[in-house]
Amino acid sequence: MKNVEEILATHRRGFLKTAGMLVVSFSAGSLANEAEAQTAGPYPDVDFHQLDSWIVIHENNTATFYAGKTDCGQGTGTGFRQLMSDELDIAFEQTTCIMGSTDNTPDQGGSGGSTAMERDSWPMRRAAAEARRVLLEMGSARLGVPLDQLTVSNAMVSVKGDPARRVTYGELIGGKKFNVTMTGANVFVVTGKAKVKPVQELKYTGQAPQRYDIPAKVDGSLKWAVDVKLPGMVHARNVKPPYAGAKLTSIDESSVKNLPGFIRVVSKGNYVAVVCEREEQAINAARRLKTTWEKPATAPFPASDDLFDYMRKATPATASNPILVGNPEAAFAGAAKVFEAEYEVPFQGHTAFAGAHATADPSNGQMTVYSNDMKSYGMRNGVAAFLGMPREKVRVVWMEGPQGYGRTAADDAGCEAAWLAKEIGRPVRIQWMREEETAWDTKGPAFLVKVRGGLDAQGRLVAYDYQARSCDHNHVGYNEPETVLIAQLMGIRKSTPNNGSSATASDMYAIPNRRMAGDVVGLRLIWETPIRTGNLRDPNGPQSTFAAESFIDEMAAAAKADPYEFRMRMLRASTADDSVFRRARSIACLKAAAEAYGWDSRPSPKPAGDGRILTGRGIAYSFRGNTVVAEIAEVEVNRETGHVWAKRLVCAHDCGLIVNPESLRRSIEGAMLHALSRAIHEEVRFDTEKVLSTNWMSHPTLRHMDVPERIDVVLVNGDPNPNRPDLAPYGAGEASCKPMLAAIANAIHDATGVRIRRVPFRDARVLAALKAAKV
Amino acid sequence: MSRITIRVNGSAHTVDVDPATPLLYVLRNDLDLHGPRFGCGLGQCGACTVIINGAAVRSCVTPVSTVKSEVTTLEGLAVNGKLHPVQQAWIDEQVPQCGFCQNGQIMTAKAMLDKTPNPTDAQIRETMNNTLCRCMTYYRVQAAIRRAAKTMADARTGKKGVAA
Repeated sequence: MKNVEEILATHRRGFLKTAGMLVVSFSAGSLANEAEAQTAGPYPDVDFHQLDSWIVIHENNTATFYAGKTDCGQGTGTGFRQLMSDELDIAFEQTTCIMGSTDNTPDQGGSGGSTAMERDSWPMRRAAAEARRVLLEMGSARLGVPLDQLTVSNAMVSVKGDPARRVTYGELIGGKKFNVTMTGANVFVVTGKAKVKPVQELKYTGQAPQRYDIPAKVDGSLKWAVDVKLPGMVHARNVKPPYAGAKLTSIDESSVKNLPGFIRVVSKGNYVAVVCEREEQAINAARRLKTTWEKPATAPFPASDDLFDYMRKATPATASNPILVGNPEAAFAGAAKVFEAEYEVPFQGHTAFAGAHATADPSNGQMTVYSNDMKSYGMRNGVAAFLGMPREKVRVVWMEGPQGYGRTAADDAGCEAAWLAKEIGRPVRIQWMREEETAWDTKGPAFLVKVRGGLDAQGRLVAYDYQARSCDHNHVGYNEPETVLIAQLMGIRKSTPNNGSSATASDMYAIPNRRMAGDVVGLRLIWETPIRTGNLRDPNGPQSTFAAESFIDEMAAAAKADPYEFRMRMLRASTADDSVFRRARSIACLKAAAEAYGWDSRPSPKPAGDGRILTGRGIAYSFRGNTVVAEIAEVEVNRETGHVWAKRLVCAHDCGLIVNPESLRRSIEGAMLHALSRAIHEEVRFDTEKVLSTNWMSHPTLRHMDVPERIDVVLVNGDPNPNRPDLAPYGAGEASCKPMLAAIANAIHDATGVRIRRVPFRDARVLAALKAAKV
Repeated sequence: MSRITIRVNGSAHTVDVDPATPLLYVLRNDLDLHGPRFGCGLGQCGACTVIINGAAVRSCVTPVSTVKSEVTTLEGLAVNGKLHPVQQAWIDEQVPQCGFCQNGQIMTAKAMLDKTPNPTDAQIRETMNNTLCRCMTYYRVQAAIRRAAKTMADARTGKKGVAA
């Protein structure tokens, strides 16, 4: 790909001067180009109505696609190229994709919500189809042949039956603009006159070309956001409050001012940063700066050991309207047996692989922020509002970074770098240290879920009540100028805190009487706190599904039914389905998972073993949006240590149209293992004044030793009409997170007969539960 | 500040820094070698790994003044523009998700394979266990290590074209 990149970089610059657009290829270009580019502002919004904003055809008959998306490591850019190459009728190898920088790609919001293929590939496809249509018309005029006598293939328009009469896309429009305006009220619905192809005509879609971004990640040549280096650039590090809610009472600048490379201490409110010439100097100075702080009068939160008691007693800040089916209370009254259980999931960190970071360039009265923020467009708005600068003077150049799976929806560092750059008057690079990131990053909210179920005399689940409570009040927004951490520390407050959200079960079970509701509580301190909640991969899904699918398993065990068959009966108890056939697809996924695993029918738990290692299997299922997932875990539980190893994992996954099956498999595996990490390791610990989880020892994560010996991913297409021409792709970056916590809990129960309703299943917790149950 | 000379990827470089400066910052900021990256600064994650005397070393906790031998970074693995078999295996297996940790995975695996050309699965897990990945690509990392081991063994015995 590198050769094509280099060629395109040359062509782009030539074209872009005439088009008035700025494009820089980071895979081939150098940052020196960016420093020059700072003079090229202002940076007006890219007009999504213009076909030229999406596609550039070069004289050498290659194409560049512009996607207003960012990639969190799932290879979405390769998928966009496959879909757009198909619609444009150009060889995949002759294309490149540029993503996510606010001044040269149309604002599709960056990434989030697994929307890359499901929502945002559609305008890209329509733009590519429109470009093909326009090129065909141009070819018709050039060749003097009516449209219906032309054919197009591999960026070449030719006359049917007379292939010598032909013209390439590059010859038709290379280096020139389309000047075609599309229609549609917003970027999601924008369309030209052309229709997209039926999926059966897509040639690259469904194939597995290798991801174009991987070679540069393997040979060390990729320029990441952490690698930005600009002339005159200085380095900043923070001094974070030592206690949540602490007030800065003094700074002793003399403690650092004689250190080599020292430039300035910059502070406003409770925000403190030290700026030095070199990175290690800034780290050293931030550690040595003497500051004094006053603790808040009341403790900001309970200790993590007391969290769930606190949540039980707390008054909800908001509550959802219940989802109600039938008459649950009457059904409970008439049930043969009634069961109740409570499930707890603690705060879990995003804990990105490196701390928040950004570099900002304030030259020429403008502001360029180099960032890995997954929502670069939102960051642009946030930075402009935070600094009080006009939007057109601010741009965010998106570059790759360490994933935190939602952390960079509000990465904090972009606003900091921009503010510091404005203060210092030089480009500033800032990066949070590990202990800052793990303590102060955004967290997935803690959940407390109470579920009640009533079985009839035949062991059918006839009454169900699900009440969730999340600790999510004042959930952090997407680089909002009021909720980004620097703003909070400066004393800025949003007049109405963000509501946050709870979540209920996501399944297609036909339970005749069912009530589901959720509410949200907050900690005592909601501003300037390290326990801030944000969207963590499949927000709320793993927590709510841990409770929901653990409880279904408990009901199956109570009914002495096989847990797979118990679920299947509830899916088959009704034939009513929704517009995307989630019931039919749920059945298909459960079936595929059971077949891949080799599931034999029996109730859980299995008869108690007497060895040191107990083995068991657990199943769980859910859907996220339109994507359906069924998972099976086989675990080994060490009776002497409490250690749980997921020896084998199976995932049956239906996300509709598959764009790139190999990328998809790896995304699914990654999300499964991320959730496995949450199941067995992850918990944010804190005392009543600070977070105690500050690194990889105190907030552990999955490791090589934990990895299953075998993972089977089955790509299901459970659509009742799998060959329909409009089969849509659904999201795939998060869904396989969802059932994993429950699958592991159910497998531990199958192996040991012990039901653990508190995440994570660390050795000590499991061992204590085994001992309490005399296993 | 003092003048310190280190050898990296075959050439000598002299820098003027505090002798206590971690090697990582010299590699990244003075020599513009961006393969090694800052992940934790505590030697816990492996993102900063380089190879010195055949051992995988955490450059974030290695003072530059203590470095007396040649340093190899990710950029130094390829020979004459041809990727090292470990790197090629990473591409063939399509290992990375975000890729930020993969310097640590690749360098640790390379150092392991140089010492233990035919590792068992248990040896792979143990040797790699302190090299972390938050995208959880471990399953594919382990597959790539097995593939690289095979490619390298085949190269030693003269077999060709087996690394499909």
